[in-house]
Amino acid sequence: MKVKQISVFLENKSGRLAKVARVLGEQGINIRALSIADTTDFGILRLIVSDPDRALATLKAEGMTVSPTEVIAVRIPDRPGGLAGALGLLEEAGINIEYMYAFVTKAADDAVVVFRVEDLDRAISILAEKGINLLAGEEVYRL
Amino acid sequence: MIWNPEYESMPRRELEALQLERLRRLLARLAERVPFYRERFAAQKITPEKIRDLAQLQELPFTTKDDLRENYPFGLFAAPMDEVVRIHASSGTTGKMTVVGYTKNDVAIWAEVMARTLSCAGATAKDVIQVAYGYGLFTGGLGVHYGAERIGATVVPISGGNTKRQLTVMRDFGTTILACTPSYALYMAETAREEGMDLRGLRLKAGVFGAEPWSEEMRREIQEKLGLLAIDIYGLSEIIGPGVASECECQNGLHVNEDHFLVEVIDPVTGQRLPYGEKGELVFTTLTKEAFPLLRYRTRDIGILYPEPCPCGRTLIRMSRILGRTDDMLIIRGVNVFPSQIEAVLLAIGGVEPHYQIIVDRERNLDELEIWVEVSEGIFSDEVKRLEELERKIRVEIESTLGIHARVKLVEPKTIARREGKAKRVIDRREVYAVRPGP
Repeated sequence: MKVKQISVFLENKSGRLAKVARVLGEQGINIRALSIADTTDFGILRLIVSDPDRALATLKAEGMTVSPTEVIAVRIPDRPGGLAGALGLLEEAGINIEYMYAFVTKAADDAVVVFRVEDLDRAISILAEKGINLLAGEEVYRL
Repeated sequence: MIWNPEYESMPRRELEALQLERLRRLLARLAERVPFYRERFAAQKITPEKIRDLAQLQELPFTTKDDLRENYPFGLFAAPMDEVVRIHASSGTTGKMTVVGYTKNDVAIWAEVMARTLSCAGATAKDVIQVAYGYGLFTGGLGVHYGAERIGATVVPISGGNTKRQLTVMRDFGTTILACTPSYALYMAETAREEGMDLRGLRLKAGVFGAEPWSEEMRREIQEKLGLLAIDIYGLSEIIGPGVASECECQNGLHVNEDHFLVEVIDPVTGQRLPYGEKGELVFTTLTKEAFPLLRYRTRDIGILYPEPCPCGRTLIRMSRILGRTDDMLIIRGVNVFPSQIEAVLLAIGGVEPHYQIIVDRERNLDELEIWVEVSEGIFSDEVKRLEELERKIRVEIESTLGIHARVKLVEPKTIARREGKAKRVIDRREVYAVRPGP
């Protein structure tokens, strides 16, 4: 139930993000979801892509600093309070969320939320136990 | 005004006789009290008693910064610790400080040469001297302080920093002589302008500026903005601190206090002494110091000696401004910084040899140190807080090692230009060294 996310180090200057998108596009790699965390000087681009291993190798070959991170992806009904349920479970279990981001699928009746947590295995078992819809890596890459 | 005409205007022949006598006494002291020199003399079959001419100085060995490091901290002291009344230190190349000591007599000599320096700037007992050099292990603050007290001037030991308070003191206490780094003087002028204060309307008449290289252009700017006579002073803690040499009101080179410090200029590659007027490495021998005497100490500072008489009446030889360095030492806000120190900090934190670049610039007349570090996979994290923590750690370590603030910037790999595979480590945009040697 673990999903491989790719993180890319980007300086805050023009054209950096465009380069990543172009390089992946040229390789026929699809970006499923992305989020950027930034400071005044730099940003960290986090990507869920159709082929994480190839994306990793491609970006590395371009001289970028990239690293894979394991995250979890949860399918959440696209309605008010949908997210609160999953968050509540993690909070009860005392699992810190380092960061998270969400995207809407093509079906559009539910959303996928990506969580980066401290204790991945425990988070997975808690969420699975409570019937939260966790997505396998392959499912997310194909979305 | 000449503080001590007997020595500062001594006929050259007499001065040289005095130097020889003092050199012989120094050699005897070194051989008797410092194992390092005793062994070196023995290895090179040098008999100090046979030195009967100043020209023979060239036969004697040099002392280098490495020698100081290998004898850290007190190995080169020539006085027992109960006679040592003061310790100062500056940063070394690789983490070990350069430590120097003074006996009561050394402190008195220091006060004497600094009294001469301040007199060069026209100081008398009537003056109010604002000492904005740092106090502490750095020799700047206390060196000027003791010289100013020797003259009987009123000393304001404000130390560096807190610029607005500096300006308030300058105005309200009626400072007549300012002592600080030249870049800080300009920074004060800039701050004064922002505060709507015109320094030219105050009582300032002279400034003794040193501890970092500066140019003739900078002097013009300082004199114009602060409305004072800007005097270039030179010193280094290994020799005594400030007080080794100072310009007089003629502003045509710095008079070396040769009765205490014997100066030579050598070819830094061959070690051969160069004739007057030629550019080379400045080498000093301390003639009268007791606790930390040095023989032919290689400063790594580049300069020129001018023997022609000066209109001021002093017979002491003059040296040019510092025209460069033989090594990669940077002087940032008056603090000596070696790129190797920064590299050591990065290595200790990252665990691997990082690609980095040191950028020194002058923003609003203040030196700014920026360190660019390429983010390799080894230090990369997908979490912002980890990277920010890394930046913070580097900043804190640099600050505690060097004593100066650095801005740390994480950059993408290959950002730092490499030439033939080797990255250019230091970019100094300040152009601090004078283009023309002068005087």
